[in-house]
Amino acid sequence: MLSPGSGNTVIKSKLISRRMFLITAAKAVVMVGLVGRLISLQINQATKYKSLSDKNRFREWKLAPERGAIKDFFNREIASNEPLYQVHLVPENAKNLDNLFVRLKAILNITDNRVSFLKRKIRKQKPWEPVIVSENLSWSDFSRLNLFLHELQGVEPIVSVARTYPDNSSAHILGYVSQISAKDLQTKEYLKELSVPGMAVGKTGLERKLDEQIIGKVGYQRYEVNAFGKRIREIKIDSGQAGKSFKTTLDYEVQKYTAELLKDKAAAVCVMDIYNGDIVSLVSSPTFEPNQFVHGLEKKYWNSLIKDEKKPLANKALSGLYPPGSTIKTIVALSALENKIVRPLDTFRCKGKIELYGEKFHCWEKEGHGIVNLRKGIQRSCDVYFYEIARKLGVDRLSETAKRFGLGKKVLSDFIEERSGVVPNTKWKKKFIGQNWYLGETLHSGIGQGYFQSTPLQLCLMTAQIANGGFEIKPRIIFDGKNDNLRDYLKFKNENPNQPLPTDLLVTNFNLKPLFKNQEHINLIKDAMFSSSNEPGGTSYRHRFEDPKFTFAGKTGSSQIKRFTEEQREAEVKQESLPYKDRDHALFVAFAPYKNPQYAISVLVEHGGSGGKAAAPIAKKVIKKVLERHDLRRSTNNLIGESV
Amino acid sequence: MLQQRSIQSSQSLRDKILSFDYVLIFSILVLGIISMFAMYSTDGGEFKYHTKSHILRFFIFFGMFLVISLIQIRFWHETSYLIYISFFLLLLGVKYFGLTSSGSQRWLNLYFMNLQPSELMKVGLILFLAKYYHRISIENINSFRHLVLPITVLIGPIILVATQPDLGTSILIASGGIVVAWLAGVRAKFFIYSGVAMIALLPIAISFLKPYQKSRILTFLNPERDPLGAGYQIIQSKIAIGSGGLFGKGFLNGSQSYLDYLPEKHTDFIFTLFSEEFGFFGSLFILLLYALIISRIVRVGNMTRSNFGKLYCYSFATAFFIYVVVNMMMVLGLLPIVGSPLPIMSYGGSSMLAIMFGLGIVMSCKIYKDVPVN
Repeated sequence: MLSPGSGNTVIKSKLISRRMFLITAAKAVVMVGLVGRLISLQINQATKYKSLSDKNRFREWKLAPERGAIKDFFNREIASNEPLYQVHLVPENAKNLDNLFVRLKAILNITDNRVSFLKRKIRKQKPWEPVIVSENLSWSDFSRLNLFLHELQGVEPIVSVARTYPDNSSAHILGYVSQISAKDLQTKEYLKELSVPGMAVGKTGLERKLDEQIIGKVGYQRYEVNAFGKRIREIKIDSGQAGKSFKTTLDYEVQKYTAELLKDKAAAVCVMDIYNGDIVSLVSSPTFEPNQFVHGLEKKYWNSLIKDEKKPLANKALSGLYPPGSTIKTIVALSALENKIVRPLDTFRCKGKIELYGEKFHCWEKEGHGIVNLRKGIQRSCDVYFYEIARKLGVDRLSETAKRFGLGKKVLSDFIEERSGVVPNTKWKKKFIGQNWYLGETLHSGIGQGYFQSTPLQLCLMTAQIANGGFEIKPRIIFDGKNDNLRDYLKFKNENPNQPLPTDLLVTNFNLKPLFKNQEHINLIKDAMFSSSNEPGGTSYRHRFEDPKFTFAGKTGSSQIKRFTEEQREAEVKQESLPYKDRDHALFVAFAPYKNPQYAISVLVEHGGSGGKAAAPIAKKVIKKVLERHDLRRSTNNLIGESV
Repeated sequence: MLQQRSIQSSQSLRDKILSFDYVLIFSILVLGIISMFAMYSTDGGEFKYHTKSHILRFFIFFGMFLVISLIQIRFWHETSYLIYISFFLLLLGVKYFGLTSSGSQRWLNLYFMNLQPSELMKVGLILFLAKYYHRISIENINSFRHLVLPITVLIGPIILVATQPDLGTSILIASGGIVVAWLAGVRAKFFIYSGVAMIALLPIAISFLKPYQKSRILTFLNPERDPLGAGYQIIQSKIAIGSGGLFGKGFLNGSQSYLDYLPEKHTDFIFTLFSEEFGFFGSLFILLLYALIISRIVRVGNMTRSNFGKLYCYSFATAFFIYVVVNMMMVLGLLPIVGSPLPIMSYGGSSMLAIMFGLGIVMSCKIYKDVPVN
């Protein structure tokens, strides 16, 4: 053939084939390696990569559930939900943002500031992430917007729900809701799974106490998202579960009425059913506007709230601590009777003051009350009488009785703002103040001053437990439809006056816990309270009801802010002439009607002066209102009892 | 039989068509059709630009492949140098008139398509060296004088392509050339020496690398180094392939690519997309298809009488194998991301053109297997 000899060609060809064989072997090895890698990724590690792929793909958005409603005893919603109209804007759907904002400004009247804020926000985030143009639109603005919607591309009208309260009469007991804070997330375990941006949680009051149950179950939307985080399609939606609704024992009508009475005062009122502990009314004043907290509070409003010296944010009925003043005398007298320190008809002479241990102890009546027995002591609220019996009784026995009747410990559970107050005794002083007890302090304790501290709710409970004949009740604010053991017991006793069983056994049968040793003592105190309110000379005689349907029995009190100096005492300075901050707190506790007691009430007016003048008139009006609604309440209660 | 074969130059067209390697043609068609479906999937299950363009190119270049097959192997032998020189001139053209995209100048605007001459050079270099080693006698192969030209024609395009910059393609071009030299009988010693020299020069070469190239290599060594940046592609590709499992997620259901987690899914990562949707068995099928194509090319080399044909077929088969393996190792996380397309499957006209051109010459070797080239 041609120039490269065929022999040469053959040798070359063999060389090529030999070398190709080596390459082919290498290829086979590499191929096996590739298959091995495929096996490793797609078979051995498939599960791992599948879950990684799903992690890429799916993203969940949580949906805030609807809060449960809070209703009053008559099923009126006192904390409910209202539709919330918002306007969102998805920048990538808008044709021209500048034009759009001009149009929106004309329709919704948003400020220039807001517009530039929104524009800045849009620049910072991804174009498909919505911005909230308007958080809370009125219905008229919202419907106007809907008319123009076809020319507003990118704008989305959104309807959701938000907490709303009919008025601010129950603001303190209901509390308020607001955005979840970082601290909430740290401290509240149940929020960890629930946390949804923009979700409101209860911050105080019932809203906080019930939060875990009332908040509902968070729903979620699972979306498939692309590599840039844009939602491609909805995979799954779980709309969650609305929170549980609660029925309370409160009477909204009474709340409104009482709140109106207390307007402009720094005051608190508690009303309680003396048999089952239902809290009918619990109002603190001045109040605040809970609706303001739902959509982010205005700084100005917040500042005005915290600067107000009447402390509108504090629930004075639960967390205000006041010396019980003369209202404690009922307990002092009871304790003395039970401990056989004094007999009802034992008398002391009140000359306006006594001198003991080298100290002068004054009676509020400068001229003195003359000869005073237990009934008159309570009726006139004679301090000297109580100095005498407190001295004999001693603070430890007094504190034991006071605690039994509910002072010094929290009345309700799970209200973070509730405080337990102080019932002083020798041990307490040693432990908390580190000093020994002075006998003079026993005398101050005997008239409810000194270390004594109590909340209006505690005083109400104390009064209720005297009024119901001395049985323990467990106050409640969430209606639970439980049986009225105490009412059943009294009904049974009335229907079977000749019941052979001794009282003790009866009490056990009805699962009651008596707080007395001898019920006669309780009756003595009740009678004395009656005379205080309904007999001439009584401290609240001027505010009595003649109509037996409304007749109440009460006890006034005032908690001292500053002790009078000897000069002031000589000059007979009136409370009214003191500067507001130095005036005593006025207190009044009562139960009504006297013949057939149903409700106990406590009234506190901060810096109101004397209980008889400032607190009793309010109590009188509230008692009337509550008793007028008594039949309605009882019939509702029975209805519920049947249906349960 | 032998008598008949010896007068093949007077084969009729019918004879030529009958002597096509139909297994090879069939494998290429199957792969082409698979690639069309894969492309359809990258377009999100719609018949859009990439799919249309890919189908069009496949059929045009497949036609071209058939035409090239029918042309005498002697012609290709004779024009080998010319082809190399014209491709080299095109590469030079790129240097001065090329289009720049994402920081590298690789393309020539030919109005109907953007041509990437570096892809053509992959075949051009093999063709040149196959002819060169076919022509020199076996004694001269290892003489220094006869090594100068091969080294020159090898290094010229490599430097031009590497400075585009396109490190991946320049390595692939070089590998094709080295394979021809190896097959022709250049001593193993020579390869070892130059390998050692390369390693010695590596630190200097690294100092010439662009920052993104350095980062790619570092990222390959540890993809988690920068999971949202340079390591992203490797991680997402492994997730896609791994999550495909045994049977895959199903056609058009590859969430990784559908949701844009996969980068470059039309081109370098087309195998990833396919593997995610069709799983281990699908991937194995593709791998076997490539193995079949390569073994058919080798078979043509075995049948060809001329050393030019042998050298060309073996080298092209090996280069083809390297392209496939480099791409797969890259998407499987076994090699750094160097940017090499998967033959036939990947979107890209120049790559398709070069491969079909190369295959056409292989088929021409088959048809004219008994024709001496000179």
